[in-house]
Amino acid sequence: MCLGIPGRIVRIDDAATMRATVDISGVRRQVNIACIVDEEHPVSSCVGDWVLVHVGFAMSRIDEAEAVETLRILTELGEARAELEAIHLSAAHLGGHPA
Amino acid sequence: MKYLDEFRDSAKARILVTEIEALVATMDVPHGRPLHIMEVCGGHTHSIFRFGIEGMLPKQIELVHGPGCPVCVLPMGRVDDGVNIAERPEVIFATFGDAMRVPGSRKSLIQAKADGADVRMVYSPLDALAIARKNPAREVVFFGLGFETTMPSTALTILQAESEQVANFSVFCNHITIVPTIKAILDSPDLELDGFLGPGHVSMVIGTAPYEFIANFYRKPMVVAGFEPLDILQSIWMVLKQIKEGRTDVENQYARVVPDKGNAAALSAVSRVYELRQFFEWRGLGSIDHSGVKLRDEYKQFDAERKFSIPNIKIADPKSCQCGEVLKGMIKPWQCKVFGSACTPEMPLGALMVSSEGACAAYYQ
Ligand code: SF4
Repeated sequence: MCLGIPGRIVRIDDAATMRATVDISGVRRQVNIACIVDEEHPVSSCVGDWVLVHVGFAMSRIDEAEAVETLRILTELGEARAELEAIHLSAAHLGGHPA
Repeated sequence: MKYLDEFRDSAKARILVTEIEALVATMDVPHGRPLHIMEVCGGHTHSIFRFGIEGMLPKQIELVHGPGCPVCVLPMGRVDDGVNIAERPEVIFATFGDAMRVPGSRKSLIQAKADGADVRMVYSPLDALAIARKNPAREVVFFGLGFETTMPSTALTILQAESEQVANFSVFCNHITIVPTIKAILDSPDLELDGFLGPGHVSMVIGTAPYEFIANFYRKPMVVAGFEPLDILQSIWMVLKQIKEGRTDVENQYARVVPDKGNAAALSAVSRVYELRQFFEWRGLGSIDHSGVKLRDEYKQFDAERKFSIPNIKIADPKSCQCGEVLKGMIKPWQCKVFGSACTPEMPLGALMVSSEGACAAYYQ
């Protein structure tokens, strides 16, 4: 109940009561979207949005830019590590210390 | 979204494990013991076991599984009160599935159901409200459980019931709040913790500011973490980096879901409907001040505690149960005297054995 599940809003069912249909890995279910609607994101703009669904409520919009950013940090970390390893490796080949 | 699966990428997980190992190798591990990092949230405990994260970490790091499984910390007395309400002939008792097997002193909800009580499993409080609409002659009671993650959904359901004037719907409110709980843990003298993984989904509601006291006052690093393997590994790495650099900050690894300022709509529903209780009883941890909420007077017609007189008796945890010590990270689940003998997932004695988010059940698998 605390983990939640990502889904995509496919249809607004009733703007007045904030009900929308979400596709969760192929399963459709009606959810309440009151928590993700504000001036910046009116009900009409929600279709297509990825949201995290908890116990029948869309509780947060999943921010794609932030997801990409987190993954970018990880990729960079990997590249830096590979580079360091390459430095150490060639230093070992030369029998000396990395410059 | 194509970015969902990428947080399970095993090549990236390996990179992070290497980074963690490299970082730990350069650190003076304090007091000749492993570094203790507590994941507060049961969702993290679940993921850590599901993806075998403990096995990936160097031995200088130990994860302590905290109290963040709302089902696990529900005390016996409250389960008894719930069973008591459920056994009334006019009542349909609607609950999340996780809560069905939590032991009470007489019986669990699942046993009450077997004995004839009308207990129904629901996915959402909205489903409980729908049952109430369909059964106007019955009293439908929803078992409100969880931290700030689920608190807004119960609140919004109550507001919905109010606007539709559904008179036969009420909530048995056992919602609890995370910050006083973390504070109680930090204040416990026998505890040795070096940092925290913050609860991702609680934080999407309350934001990151409420944790500032952990960094500023208790001087412990806190990283709000997501639930995929890469999220957890990266968060551990971020905690280690803080320790290494001598910083104590609140950082947000899970920015794709957690806005630093939280969710205004959810918070406003919460403050409209609930007020803090003076104290609330926790299984294994005892009474913690201001750690629970109840319905405000304006919503008393939706408050099952006021609608039905409940016995409200405090029941001590069973003597042989060591859930409290496990929750505080003082012992590992398998060190509990009854682990796997008197306490198993089929016949749980303590609540940590009940839910897949509980540390004991997770270890038992
Ligand atoms: S084994 Fe059972 S009684 Fe012991 S700590 Fe775990 S849940 Fe509690």
